[in-house]
Amino acid sequence: MNSQSVINTGGQADTLTHLQRLEAESIQIMREVVATADNPVMLYSIGKDSACMLHLAKKAFYPAPPPFPLLHVDTTWKFRAMYDLRDRAAQAAGMELIVHHNPEALEKGINPFDHGSLHTDMWKTDGLKQALTKYNFDVAFGGARRDEEKSRAKERVFSFRSANHRWDPKNQRPELWKLYNTRKGKGESIRVFPLSNWTELDIWQYIHLENIEIVPLYFSEPRPVVERDGLLIMVDDDRFPLREGEEPMIKSVRFRTLGCYPLTGAVESNARTLPEVIQEMLLTTTSERQGRAIDHDQSASMEKKKQEGYF
Amino acid sequence: MNNEMKDPAYIADALIAQDIDAYLLKHQHKTMLRFITCGSVDDGKSTLIGRLLYDSKMIFEDQLASLESDSKVVGTQGGEIDFALLVDGLAAEREQGITIDVAYRFFATDKRKFIVADTPGHEQYTRNMVTGASTADLAVILIDARQGVLTQTRRHSYLVNLLGIKNVVLAVNKMDLVDYSAERFYDIVADYSHFAKQIGMDSFLPIPISGLKGDNIVEKSANMPWYQGPTLLGHLEEAPVSDQQMLEHPFRMAVQWVNRPNLDFRGFAGQISAGVVRPGDAIRVLPSGKTTTVKSIVTYDGELEKAVAGQSITLTFADEIDCSRGDVIVQSDEPCEVADQFEATLVWTAEQEMLPGRPYLLKIGTQMVTATVTEPKYEVNVNTLDHLASKTLGLNAIGVVNISTDRPIPFEAYAQNVDLGGFILIDRMTNATVAAGMIHFALRRSQNIHWQALDVNREAHAALKNQKPAVIWFTGLSGSGKSTIANIVEKKLHALGKHTFLLDGDNIRHGLNRDLGFTDADRVENIRRVGEVAKLMADAGLIVLTAFISPFRSERQMVRDLMLPGEFVEVFVDTPLEVAEARDVKGLYKKARSGQLKNFTGIDSPYEQPQQAELTVNTVDLTPEEAAERIVQYVLREMS
Repeated sequence: MNSQSVINTGGQADTLTHLQRLEAESIQIMREVVATADNPVMLYSIGKDSACMLHLAKKAFYPAPPPFPLLHVDTTWKFRAMYDLRDRAAQAAGMELIVHHNPEALEKGINPFDHGSLHTDMWKTDGLKQALTKYNFDVAFGGARRDEEKSRAKERVFSFRSANHRWDPKNQRPELWKLYNTRKGKGESIRVFPLSNWTELDIWQYIHLENIEIVPLYFSEPRPVVERDGLLIMVDDDRFPLREGEEPMIKSVRFRTLGCYPLTGAVESNARTLPEVIQEMLLTTTSERQGRAIDHDQSASMEKKKQEGYF
Repeated sequence: MNNEMKDPAYIADALIAQDIDAYLLKHQHKTMLRFITCGSVDDGKSTLIGRLLYDSKMIFEDQLASLESDSKVVGTQGGEIDFALLVDGLAAEREQGITIDVAYRFFATDKRKFIVADTPGHEQYTRNMVTGASTADLAVILIDARQGVLTQTRRHSYLVNLLGIKNVVLAVNKMDLVDYSAERFYDIVADYSHFAKQIGMDSFLPIPISGLKGDNIVEKSANMPWYQGPTLLGHLEEAPVSDQQMLEHPFRMAVQWVNRPNLDFRGFAGQISAGVVRPGDAIRVLPSGKTTTVKSIVTYDGELEKAVAGQSITLTFADEIDCSRGDVIVQSDEPCEVADQFEATLVWTAEQEMLPGRPYLLKIGTQMVTATVTEPKYEVNVNTLDHLASKTLGLNAIGVVNISTDRPIPFEAYAQNVDLGGFILIDRMTNATVAAGMIHFALRRSQNIHWQALDVNREAHAALKNQKPAVIWFTGLSGSGKSTIANIVEKKLHALGKHTFLLDGDNIRHGLNRDLGFTDADRVENIRRVGEVAKLMADAGLIVLTAFISPFRSERQMVRDLMLPGEFVEVFVDTPLEVAEARDVKGLYKKARSGQLKNFTGIDSPYEQPQQAELTVNTVDLTPEEAAERIVQYVLREMS
């Protein structure tokens, strides 16, 4: 890393900047997990938050590689560019990469075009539970942030799940100071969110300062898209069934969040560099999750999903 | 939409559009302030937070759209924008129209990033407020200008002060509803000053505001020209953060994790809680007291010349000395104290009430130890601040207790160092966080009571008797046959030439424990004393038999922990309640059923069955003689 690095206080300024404080907190949380968990894992979704979290893990345990594997709960419907980065990032970090596909969803050919919300339920929600159970992970790091959505504002950093992976918002432990109670009963597991106190802008700024590699889809480029139900959907491969009259058009677009390509709306943009992306984000007036089809059902839908075990 | 509302875009920096690189550079050096807002729904707390988010452009267009539609449906502002809806999160809360947890909100200005802990103000949510306050650099205490200083204002102020927050803002809200009266404002300030002095709050900054109308939030209010002080946001941008205040302290860092990727590297990872460290500094590892010097400060970004309070780093030492998770690295010539008995304030956070004498897990810094608490010296009435006599602490109760830990721990008074003076208590069985605590000081007793080294030690005592000491602990319902079986076992062992002693529940209650009753707390103390006596007898080389109901797992575990591995033999005398009740040798079940006897195990007080007893004897299938013979065989096999 260069002299610009966030952690170097550079002599005089002894008051940590907001990013230094956030970085130190995330590192403290990760170390606490590794010191107390039996079998931790980091959920890696290949998005910008995951990239940031992985980078922080490298810092937390340096010079050792992060002492846990990465887990990608795959749906087979991610953008191709995401798979590219995933494999490279794991290798560069010196970490084992576990990719899990829900065998049932695979067998039934569950896809976002024909199966609606069942797609997310089976591939992601069920898939995650399967993977955690299969590998016996007792603690899983996730990249969720409190600023993403209203129900997340109250999420603990250490979030306890029952033996069947359910979240009970009424039965969460108080978290005081930096003291996390990491004790758990048999079969219980913990989701840990080291980025809880980061905002979207913090994440972008940190990626910029630390030169963290992210999926190129975050930057604008001419890409083939169709407009469907008010979202611009990219035609990323030939599995995309075009409706009658639909003709992919080439538009300069980028993505504010990344998920399954048929469920992720693009925005028209000219932002080709990170500063331009940040600039656009600051000037924009639409909140982050709006590009995701999943939230549109009802205001409290994320909370429902979370109780059922979706991240 | 409210006409007085300004376009939020006015906050957006022109620099963003013109020169994004310059903007980023500027924002890279922002600091961060965490604060808590205290007040009830009626004080306009959610409205104020919503206003701060709105004015700093943290609300996006789509959120605004859903806010506007929600305001019409469930809003309380007659169809106008209800900012409170922005910050009420969970579905259940929205239905009840009340916030029930701690929610964290984020916003930023050109100078700072802010994290707001939003907590409910009612008394039943004291634990949530304490949680929010524990990480705050500053507190905003909201008062409704029409109401003045209320009971809840005092409670909030007391808690803020208890948690050691030095920067307090008294935000006198709803000034628009008292005609922006200076007189009203100064009356409230005078009233509050008087109270602040009482609780030992050194200073506070009063600001007259209107969250709804925006007066003195971001811009100085034209309605209150008589007020010359800073606006709320102006003050939030300038107030000092906690890490800054820890820089002048001697160096302290609790070791979180030992980094050993290979044989050539051994680093001690942690977050600095106080002071500054440089390579070459002389340090001491506590509690061992071993000294060495810092060889390097290792980070992913290269080695550092210096690291300061708040940073997460990894240290290497010049010498190979023992150091592991839980230890505290301190400046060699200014170490912190090490002790095993403390006076502390507890805030009880669990439904299940505190049991004096029960062992709890205590987590402080990165250390986890076992600790017991005494009966409260007093409980604090958070509304009147009166000290009340109390035997225990229930949910949200605050009290002062003595705590003793099973081994000495490095610590500092909470008032000096939050990281080394704040702790949580955890129930060993449910794993719930049952209390938050703040250390006042170490009790001198613990510095003055030393273990007397004895020349005739326990091995010598046992050797003379030619036996291995043991505690055979019978547990089971009243009437299960504990005393009967224990008696036969003792006779058999005695006949075999073993040196034994039988401690019987009823007999002990006639003497040593005659001051104890049958409440949960007294049962815990009963077993603690018996455990200590049994341990002394085992130290004398005896095989001790005890016959006590001992209904709680925690206390049986506590006695087990007092003994060396293998010396504690838990015997579960397994008799179903119906059978014990049918026997009713002492007529106690009958009394309990008729209500003459309270807190009777199995009837109106629980019995927690052993999960890993060394022996279980079923008295339905076995005669007492047969049961006793099994136990004797076990003892002869395992204890010789």
